[in-house]
Amino acid sequence: MLKNLSKFKIGESGIIKNVLGEGKLRRRLFDMGVTTGAKVTLIKKAPLGDPIEVNIRGYELTLRKSEACLVEMEVEE
Amino acid sequence: MIRFALAGNPNSGKTTLFNSLTGSTAHVGNWPGVTVDKREGTYKKGEEKVDIVDLPGIYSLSPYTPEEVISRNYILDEKPDCVINIVDATNLERNLYLTTQLLEMDVPIVVALNMMDMVEKNGDKINEKELEKELGIPVVKISALKEENLDVLMKRAIEFSKTKREGKSVLEGTNLKHLINDVKIAFIGKEVDNPLFHAIKIIENDEIETKNHPDLVKIVDDFKKSFKDDTFGDDFEAFVADARYKYITEHYSKSLVRKQNKGESKRLTLSDRIDRVLTNKWAGIPIFIVILILLFHLIFSEDFLLLNTFGVNVGGLNAEGEPLTLFAGTSFEGLFVNGGAISSPGFMITTAFQGFLDWINGLIGTGLEAAHAAGWAQSFICDGVIGGLFAIFGFLPQILLLFLAFSFLEDTGYMARVAFILDRIFRRLGISGRAFMPMIMGFGCSVPAIINTRTLTEEKERISTIRVIPFFSCGAKLPILTAVAGGLAIILNFPYPDLITVSMYLLGMVVAIICLVLMRNTTMRGDVAPFIMELPAYHMPQFKSLMIHLWDKTKHFVKKAFTIILFSTIIIWLLQHLTWDWRFVGDWEESAGEAGDTLIGQTILSSIGKFVQPIFTPLGFGSQLGSMGWVFAVAAVTGLVAKENCITTISVLALSLGATGIDVNGDGIDAMQFLIQSSGMDVAAGISFIAFNMLTIPCFAAVATAKGELKKGTLKWTLLFWIATSYIVSSLIYTVGTWWWTTFIWIAVIALAIVAIYLINKYRDMKVLKV
Repeated sequence: MLKNLSKFKIGESGIIKNVLGEGKLRRRLFDMGVTTGAKVTLIKKAPLGDPIEVNIRGYELTLRKSEACLVEMEVEE
Repeated sequence: MIRFALAGNPNSGKTTLFNSLTGSTAHVGNWPGVTVDKREGTYKKGEEKVDIVDLPGIYSLSPYTPEEVISRNYILDEKPDCVINIVDATNLERNLYLTTQLLEMDVPIVVALNMMDMVEKNGDKINEKELEKELGIPVVKISALKEENLDVLMKRAIEFSKTKREGKSVLEGTNLKHLINDVKIAFIGKEVDNPLFHAIKIIENDEIETKNHPDLVKIVDDFKKSFKDDTFGDDFEAFVADARYKYITEHYSKSLVRKQNKGESKRLTLSDRIDRVLTNKWAGIPIFIVILILLFHLIFSEDFLLLNTFGVNVGGLNAEGEPLTLFAGTSFEGLFVNGGAISSPGFMITTAFQGFLDWINGLIGTGLEAAHAAGWAQSFICDGVIGGLFAIFGFLPQILLLFLAFSFLEDTGYMARVAFILDRIFRRLGISGRAFMPMIMGFGCSVPAIINTRTLTEEKERISTIRVIPFFSCGAKLPILTAVAGGLAIILNFPYPDLITVSMYLLGMVVAIICLVLMRNTTMRGDVAPFIMELPAYHMPQFKSLMIHLWDKTKHFVKKAFTIILFSTIIIWLLQHLTWDWRFVGDWEESAGEAGDTLIGQTILSSIGKFVQPIFTPLGFGSQLGSMGWVFAVAAVTGLVAKENCITTISVLALSLGATGIDVNGDGIDAMQFLIQSSGMDVAAGISFIAFNMLTIPCFAAVATAKGELKKGTLKWTLLFWIATSYIVSSLIYTVGTWWWTTFIWIAVIALAIVAIYLINKYRDMKVLKV
């Protein structure tokens, strides 16, 4: 099932299918390891629900929901 | 001498390694044109001395952040003899991503595998021999923190630096290899160094490369026409990033042997458990507030742990039956015990240090008198030069303590969490959560607060933050608040002067927020910096690192104090003590004592005050105060040396204007009361005077710090911003407070301004869209 990373629930994980966006923002996502095929698990959300914290490639990454919107995921069952 | 560069991800232990290698030889400067620290030092422990440059922490060599561009240009242009790439072994995959890019440059590289102890503690193993074979460059296991194996690292790096190394790319096994080769040959034809690196960057559609070599972009575009990848189409940027990570997982990650039988249930590390509490959905924000209060309490409180407030009286009563104050009447008054309360550690250090400075100043004064120095010379040296310097140095303990606290929280990894918790709130104001901590530190002192804006990555966001920091009213401005509020309260017969003080603090914060929103929509327009960042594991900061950091800042501050700050202070002193016909007006405080000394009213500063007095009329303390209005203008100017001088000046001038029984070193409430009563100043004007001093140009120390942190040429606009903001806000307070109907005029003007900004922005956005 395809789902946007910004819509993930805590504990949910999946594989990155596609990274949208352009320029600086997209490049930054790539550099931090957010590339197609990487496994992502949503660890937690900030007290006010945004930004979110994910585990990717063995480390903790935080990004805003507006940035997570750019990451299309295949949800793992 | 040979020269090495240190490159690596943020939080990989790079600065620790640098400190361990260079020790006391290190010094900090700035990379040209940007406010990014440049650390340099010398390694002396080996057979050969080596200069070491610490490049900024980066994740990639993309062209988008100043840190990345600096690192990239340094290696390409300055050609170090060897690059030591420090790699966090606990996070091999992402750290090696930078390594794959460095490998493409024609420079010897040595990988330093740091934090191996953490990996081994988890029961995992890394086979560095295998990694070395795969990478084709030396790999050395080290512990930067425990200074283990650094000699081996340096020895191998020195050996390797004598060899020639040609760039190699992990992309050579992909479908792009022919294209890479073609572009590389084209670069060789142009006699460009590091052809492989440039070739791959241009294929990635890198901003810097495509601008410098537009002729070669055509090769890439032609290739694209015949190229179709199943996943990425002709999006080479995504293709390259993906290929790098794929290569890392396939080849390098093999050398990491994870402990068997760990099973699916991942053990929570200590860091994870700490994080569960500190960023907890409900407790996260309250814990942050408690940490903040505790921090300020430890540094500034005169009543440690609020013991006295809760009725604990330390040390009993003195001879007069009052709660004990140690060293009463001396420079060290209240050092340990103050009115029955224990001083907080920060307050103790500050009092001891200030007492020490007073004592030195006293000695010099006695010495000069014994040497029969002329009166003006004594006054110049003691009050002008030394008094001015010490007024600034007196704040050094507080500045350093605040700075230390900030560095500690930053180094543990908590500051990244604070940004995580607060980002949602601050994004609405056009700044990221990271900007909060520097602003709140402004309540203590603007100097460390302004320095700490360095953690903000986006230039415009940083400028906006620096500008509003002084609005978070600092400790030295408090005397102005209490004196004016106290004076007003007596005249109004209003029992709660503290209420006025607190409202003024709130006013400062509200003005800061309004100004932020305003700037981010007008002159400082720009998107909020992306918040895609690592949350590093918590760890105990290295004591040595903290101290080196602190020492750097002390050196910088002392240097500034002796140059720009001292210079400005002397100018103000001269204006204050000379008349136009070069007559010297002695010590203001003493002269005023001989009531009616009219010379004070004739100094250059006083006459300037009288001359500019009408400017302050809309603010309520100008022409309408008649022959007394200039006092406030003069006080505002002397406040530039140090804000608490404002009130001393007011007390002295009140005496010279005929007030009696005023203690020039007191809290200034009596002086304000006298001035308000005899000049007919009204309440709105009093409030407006506080607001003006709170929002206008901060003290010279803060201005000098801001100058160092702002881009060249922006300081004058920042000064103008402070003057304009204070003038507008104060006149608003005065006019609305005096004639309530002017509220409508202000509302109309503000509404017009908002509409104008909205329309201009919309027009600009449309223009951008058209382009």
